[in-house]
Amino acid sequence: MPDPAIFNYLGVAGHSLLWLLTLVSFLVFGSRVARHIRVLARARSENRWDHIGKRIGLVVTNVLGQRRLFDEPLIGAAHFVIFWAFIFYATTFFWSLFRGLVPRLAIPYPDDVAWVAASVQLIGVLAVVALCVAAVRRYFFTPVSLERSWDAAIILVLIALVLLSSLAGAGFRALAVAGSESSSGIAGFLGAAFAYFGASPAGAPMLYLWSWWIHMVTVLGFLAYLPYSKHLHLLASPFSVFFASLENSKMPPASEGASCLEEFTWRELFSGLACAECGRCDRACPSFACGDPLSPKQLIHHVKQLVLATGSASSDSRKLLGKTVQPEDIWACTTCAACMERCPVFNEHIPLVIEMRRKLVSEGQVPPGLPEALNNLARYGNSFGQSERKRAVWTQSLGFKPKDARKETVQWLWYLGEYACYHPVLQGITRSLARTLSTAGVDYGILYEAERNSGNDVRRVGEEGLFQLLRQKNTSTLQQAHFDGLFTTDPHVYNTFKNEYPELNHGRHPIRHYTELLASLLDRGELKVARKLPYRVTYHDPCYLGRYNGVYDAPRIVLQALGVELKEMPRSHGQSFCCGGGGGRIWMEEVGQAQSRPSESRVREAASLDGVQYLVVTCPKDYVMFTDALKTTGLEGKLFVKDIAELVEEAVAAEALAA
Amino acid sequence: MKIIVVLKMVPDVVEELEVAADGKALDTEYLRLIANELDTQALEEALLLKEKYGGTVAVVALDAPEVDDALFTALAKGADQAFKVADGDAALSTRAGAYRLAQALSSVPGLLPADLILTGAQAIDDLDGLTAPLLSHLLRLPQLGIVTQVSVDTASGIATVLREFAGGVRGEYEIKLPAMLGIQAAEKPPRYVPVAKVLAARKSKAIQSVPAPTMADGGWPVLQIEQMAKPEVTEHAQMLQGTPEEIANQLCEILAARGLV
Amino acid sequence: MAGNVWVIVEQWRGQISEITYEVLALGKELATALACDLQAVLLGHEVKRLAGSLGKADCVLCVDHPALATPVAETFARALVPLCRARTPEAILMPLTNVSLGIASLLAEELGISCVNFCRDVRVVDGRLQTRSVLYGGKMEAMVKPAQTPAILGILPGVRPPDDGRSEAAAPVEDVAVEVEMSSTIRWKCYIEPEIGDVDISKQELLVSVGRGLQSADNVAVATEVAEALGGAVCGSRPVIDQGWLPLSRQVGKSGVVVKPKLYLAAGISGAPEHVEGMKNSGLIIAINTDEQAPIFHVAHYGVVADVMELLPALTEAVHSRKEVKSHA
Repeated sequence: MPDPAIFNYLGVAGHSLLWLLTLVSFLVFGSRVARHIRVLARARSENRWDHIGKRIGLVVTNVLGQRRLFDEPLIGAAHFVIFWAFIFYATTFFWSLFRGLVPRLAIPYPDDVAWVAASVQLIGVLAVVALCVAAVRRYFFTPVSLERSWDAAIILVLIALVLLSSLAGAGFRALAVAGSESSSGIAGFLGAAFAYFGASPAGAPMLYLWSWWIHMVTVLGFLAYLPYSKHLHLLASPFSVFFASLENSKMPPASEGASCLEEFTWRELFSGLACAECGRCDRACPSFACGDPLSPKQLIHHVKQLVLATGSASSDSRKLLGKTVQPEDIWACTTCAACMERCPVFNEHIPLVIEMRRKLVSEGQVPPGLPEALNNLARYGNSFGQSERKRAVWTQSLGFKPKDARKETVQWLWYLGEYACYHPVLQGITRSLARTLSTAGVDYGILYEAERNSGNDVRRVGEEGLFQLLRQKNTSTLQQAHFDGLFTTDPHVYNTFKNEYPELNHGRHPIRHYTELLASLLDRGELKVARKLPYRVTYHDPCYLGRYNGVYDAPRIVLQALGVELKEMPRSHGQSFCCGGGGGRIWMEEVGQAQSRPSESRVREAASLDGVQYLVVTCPKDYVMFTDALKTTGLEGKLFVKDIAELVEEAVAAEALAA
Repeated sequence: MKIIVVLKMVPDVVEELEVAADGKALDTEYLRLIANELDTQALEEALLLKEKYGGTVAVVALDAPEVDDALFTALAKGADQAFKVADGDAALSTRAGAYRLAQALSSVPGLLPADLILTGAQAIDDLDGLTAPLLSHLLRLPQLGIVTQVSVDTASGIATVLREFAGGVRGEYEIKLPAMLGIQAAEKPPRYVPVAKVLAARKSKAIQSVPAPTMADGGWPVLQIEQMAKPEVTEHAQMLQGTPEEIANQLCEILAARGLV
Repeated sequence: MAGNVWVIVEQWRGQISEITYEVLALGKELATALACDLQAVLLGHEVKRLAGSLGKADCVLCVDHPALATPVAETFARALVPLCRARTPEAILMPLTNVSLGIASLLAEELGISCVNFCRDVRVVDGRLQTRSVLYGGKMEAMVKPAQTPAILGILPGVRPPDDGRSEAAAPVEDVAVEVEMSSTIRWKCYIEPEIGDVDISKQELLVSVGRGLQSADNVAVATEVAEALGGAVCGSRPVIDQGWLPLSRQVGKSGVVVKPKLYLAAGISGAPEHVEGMKNSGLIIAINTDEQAPIFHVAHYGVVADVMELLPALTEAVHSRKEVKSHA
């Protein structure tokens, strides 16, 4: 077989040509990448070098293992194949390149090594099949938010060319070497096919050379094109995964807000470069689903454009807000984190939203409904605008006074959250839980009037100053109270206490959601189920309990103990569909068209399950949002919303009722 | 344009109001004060006018609990200066308050004359008069109240003002500056100012203290408060119970009985 | 004559406001208790013809002057000053509405006399005037006695039934000459009418009124359905109009329209005083609110603690079926 590097083309040696092309390609590639790095260097710093071992683990699972792509199984498998084909082909490409550039090296080409060639051909064929699957999906069964862009088309063509040129080369090689009778493996099959279509063994070496060069030039060209296309994700995604956020709360580092490039951190900007425009985030987003202005994918795309477009002039006032990103896009986010849960490259949409919200808040540009809620929170410690002295009014019809954790030591401090205390309907559920816990002999107490909003949603709305104020007050209250552990009925309180109150935590006080407490009480027999409940129910995983903090099992353990039949909704666990009330949205005015709000979509999903009577919730905002949604969708009477505490009381109290 | 905004602290009715032991005043144990809602509207209007026509906004208030919060918030929103008049306890007398304010405003060099003095059209504790007309009389300024829109022709020194009547009817006036306006509503809802900005204002800006006026009171006759009490609830609606369908039927019966359906 | 009870007549755009009669009724009681005359002071330009309905008073003082043709509070106050000084009334009862706001304060300052606002009631106790004044948005009431008279009392709407202030009698009219100049600093221009739209709610017999309790503009449709079922119209409280859910012409309350329909269905309205002023004389008031402490329940005849979004559709259905039954009967 001719050596492509030595062969003379119109007087020029192959390797010289190769050097030329390689230099050009690498120069183009390198300068563009260097430019991206320079732009990122202008951004704020952020330390993502901690827990190296964990980070490597993430790369292994999610880059090498392509784990998150399998949420859409068919394309997941196809992409897995294409990815590993890329790994193989990259290896053989550099091998070939190296050998081609330095012909004196006494190493064979990968094509000359039989087992290497065979493996590459095998994976090549699989990759061609996978590529077809991908192309058909993109063009004939286009999923939401997957674009048929020129970029996508070019990439499909380039990949196809890379694969086909390599396979063709293998086929011509087989034809040239063994004559038209040889039929070993894929190469042999292709060789025979070429012979069938008129290729001669004599002409095969030339065709092999052509194939080799087409392959190398395509890859070199692809390399140069890479940092200009969405395929940059190839290069950037291993890094975006390596530098992923390792903490639960998905908050950006402290800042005054961001709108122009220098105000974001490099990791926030990097999301733009790592994005492959797959559209999974849009498909997961509840706001996007109901027609709100928010598109997580577009948000990342605008960040990408910001990075790609920023000129060398530092006085370039290129910014996102007000230009490509409008305030209403930002305010529509519920911070449910479904986007971040699904993103295969671990992009961070929520920190971007929060950074921009901080900017808007600092300029006083907040949507209607929010000023009132924030002013109430600052003044009265709750968004309802009610006196802080009324926080314990719910205890009045309880029949007994829960212990005051400000004055006496208790084992468990029950931090209720403002909804449980002030909302007229939820007060009944609060009492229900209070009775249950007392019956079980749990030693618990509450903070009465000293409780304030924990600040979780205040933070998500971008009012960092108010959050600091609330946290300071709450920390001091909690430090003066006497308790071992803390549990709460509100996942938002749970999230912020667990992850964002360093003075409180440090492992000193276990922080639990009430379902975790109930699960352990049932497990230890301190809470006894008097009768099994004969209901068929479904359960909604709250965003701040499930996706944010990984608590999926405790509520299910409780339900199992109660004896109900649990039917999971199609979107459960990490795929749970947000009620639409998070991120401060419950304070803002409704956007989007009625009849298609996230809460309405969710109750319809629950109602579609055969025979399910109850939609069980473990978050007060879920209760409120879903109860409203039942009315506006006309499902009232067909489906009911129940807090798990209500079911627990029913199952446990039957004993007391009988007695 | 020089604008002055007059702010008054009034009882915050979100809290339950209780009567003091003597039965003649509010119990102060849990009493919280908040800036009069319409004064906040007046401040917003002043800031909007400043944005439109340029100039300065000064905020003036009589000393009272929690007045610092209100003044620093005003500064954070964009007011240029804040003044607190010492010894300001006007004890439910808007007239005494207006009298003290008039003296205080005159005593601060450079504060008067101002082009516009804005304050809320009324407050929930204006037992013996309204600040806007009272102050306008003491400062000898023309005054209009229940204002919802202001535009100024700075060249001629005339403001065109819309004021509310009844039935949704409004009236248009021209008023020569300097003038006093009692604001019912600003043209936009009061802006939100983040907590961080208010805290920054507390650190970087100062509220200027104006010493208590030394002159005697205006000499008007005093009001004697014989008693203060929560209103007696004499009447209450007849409450209907049941499911929505049951109640709907009951209501139809009631309407039918009166020939309304 | 010294020591009389005066009622300042509120006339606006050529008509005497309803509140004037309420205050006349009160004034008559006070005059009787103080054993003096009740005098109605009618200010304006070319308003003498209105004096005929003021028969409740013993005498009408007609202050007619071109300067009083335009609604500038200062001019009215200035016109009253020499009159008050000359006649020294015991009490000056001033209606407290948007139209007359501000006159009382100016007058009190000019004359150096007491002013008592927000009077829900006035009685003579131990020979002296005592008011029951509302404070803090209705959360407290103060019994107040002015230390000296004359005193100006700002009277809230609803102090007495207006019919008690009307009379068939004709009171003698005294023309009072007064020197007053038009303000050189305030110039009246014109009235700006609200867009009437297709409905004048003051003429409707059945009103369904919505408040903030409805929570969003979309939900107003539920009220519209009930209104249509009943054959009435939709109106709202100030916050609803401020939010743009309904046009200005549909606002009920102090700054809006005062209505007296046969049915006033208040849905999601808390019952703030400014709103109640605009509807409290309705024939039948039914209130729906989730807050059982809402002040509206003290004004309504019937009340329901319920979610408006649950109850109103049920009511629409009930009304429809009843009407169907009737039409088939």
